[in-house]
Amino acid sequence: MENIQNFQILWFILIFVLLLGYALLDGFDLGVAALLPFLGVKKEEKDTLIASIGPVWDGNEVWLITGGGALFAAFPHAYATAFSGFYLAMMLVLFALIFRAVSMEFRANDPVRASLWEKALVGGSALAALLFGVALGNVIYGVPLTGKMEYAGSFFTLLRPVPLLFGITGLAAILLQGASWAVMKTEGELQERSFKAVRILMWINAIVAVLYFAVLIVTFPRLSGNVLFYVAVAFTFAGLIGLFFRSAKKMTPPRFGSRLFRLSACFWPQARHSFPI
Amino acid sequence: MLGLIFVVGAATGIVMEFSFGTNWSEYSRAVGDIFGPILAAEGIIAFFLESVFIGVLIFGRKKVSPGVYWVAALLVFVGGHLSAFWIIVANSWMQTPAGYEINAAGKVILTDFSAAVFNPSTVNWFLHTVLATWITSAVMVCGIAGYYVRKGLHGETARTMLKIGIILFAITPLLQLGAAHSHAIQVINTQPVKAAAMEGLFNTTRGADIYVMGYVDEAKEKTYGIYIPKGLSFLYNFDFNSEIKDLNDVPKENWPPVNLVFQSYHIMVGLGMIFIALGLLGAWLLWTGKLYTAKWYLFWLPFLIPLPHLAHETGWITAEVGRQPWIIYGLMKTVNAASVVVSAGEIVFSLVMFSLIYLLLFVMFVLLFVKIVKQGPAAS
Repeated sequence: MENIQNFQILWFILIFVLLLGYALLDGFDLGVAALLPFLGVKKEEKDTLIASIGPVWDGNEVWLITGGGALFAAFPHAYATAFSGFYLAMMLVLFALIFRAVSMEFRANDPVRASLWEKALVGGSALAALLFGVALGNVIYGVPLTGKMEYAGSFFTLLRPVPLLFGITGLAAILLQGASWAVMKTEGELQERSFKAVRILMWINAIVAVLYFAVLIVTFPRLSGNVLFYVAVAFTFAGLIGLFFRSAKKMTPPRFGSRLFRLSACFWPQARHSFPI
Repeated sequence: MLGLIFVVGAATGIVMEFSFGTNWSEYSRAVGDIFGPILAAEGIIAFFLESVFIGVLIFGRKKVSPGVYWVAALLVFVGGHLSAFWIIVANSWMQTPAGYEINAAGKVILTDFSAAVFNPSTVNWFLHTVLATWITSAVMVCGIAGYYVRKGLHGETARTMLKIGIILFAITPLLQLGAAHSHAIQVINTQPVKAAAMEGLFNTTRGADIYVMGYVDEAKEKTYGIYIPKGLSFLYNFDFNSEIKDLNDVPKENWPPVNLVFQSYHIMVGLGMIFIALGLLGAWLLWTGKLYTAKWYLFWLPFLIPLPHLAHETGWITAEVGRQPWIIYGLMKTVNAASVVVSAGEIVFSLVMFSLIYLLLFVMFVLLFVKIVKQGPAAS
């Protein structure tokens, strides 16, 4: 705690940026895919939605790969403990990521089983979106460790209410991302439906965010003295309110900049908390 | 087609980055200082380049100008090779570690980055592996184009494709012969136990034999088969009587499973020789203008497609099993590298799941691959 060097601070920030980049960018892909059965009714609509993420999802997933590599490089113990400790959960993440990746291509080339691959895409994306939040929540909330830095909990330790709430918060944010992306990328009936999804998800996000910040402040009282925490709360709700007015006026959702703020706001307190000083 | 191959590769490749942490956590703790930066470098330098521009390559044909499209293809090529380079750096460091020191806590600390990156086996390993991938693609192009030409499909496009494929198929295995030779000499020098296992050599001899094929009786410490007397020594330094180290130089507990290494190595070498012969035959047919009508040759080309993959796998079995019982050669045993908190049941569960999922992906891949090939170049 007393020997934190500049490089460690730098890498802490870097990993934060990489994971934030991942959540922001792949958030669209996962969100759109998870909302597929709600947004797309006809096959062509689903094709449009999938085509909107087809060229970019892989580039976006690299943020996660690089974030993982950076964690391995800079904090090998954190990487080793979390990845081996959360073994079954990590396997679920992998299965989810594999299916969401291959199912888009398989669906396009295999019309006979297209609906099956569609389910794999939706399921894989939704599961991954949920599990990332749960994993992050566990890291922030803390897990039982042995003296040798080995994980001492079980699979179900990971599903405690607080980390689960982190997961739901993440899922809700990612779904909203996906719906906003769909509004930007589509037109006509499909866009109407996406607007509707944005409005519903906005309310869900607002409720979840209230819960999330409340739980944060109760669980980690030291955040109450932290300016950053209040800035994060302000940004989150400012973002949601902005979205509320824009969607009421049927304007396309705000572009990257403000969304970046809103989503990163969810991350700030977490990063602040896990930093050891 | 490229999309299908890429997506299956990317989806199954991500597992590896996770598995260092999930299954080899003690290894990750010990070598995070060296191994982590190499993987991170692969992500930052190679993956971003590759994955972004493959999007342009697959989806952008009609959206960008031909010049930009060409640059995108070039960047995917560069990105792919950089990615191969960094992952080979990681693996070769496990084979011939360099540029490190071990601190009081038993942790491996990086002292010299360039020595670790360009460790004694990096360059040989990289050339050998990359040439293997080139052979794989050359054979795949030949197989598909050969099928089209034999069936009289897609006219000039198919013939051009076959011509380029055959030229590559003639050249790449020959280049590989040089690269593989240099790699084998390096293994004899840097990992003599592995080299001895590859040839089933139990006694240090001047004038060691080289086997064409055979069988190793590990209990009796004897190797049977067809061999070229003194061949190994000759290939090592062109001296029939040079000395090659044997397995008995180290305690038996430090031996790899000898017969497995021997067999997989010989399958790989045998396939390499077949590629050289068939590639040259194809080039000769092309040279004499008989290629497009040589139906007997074209008929067999599609059936060659799986063989380079088999050579890849047997080559990696030779490399990785041949390194056992070490995870880092001479430094850390595999048994000490595994995650301590992961139970046997969890390993079995994940292994079974991965086997099933990969089997499913494999079956789907083959089905869709054949389907796309039959649709022809215009459709994709």
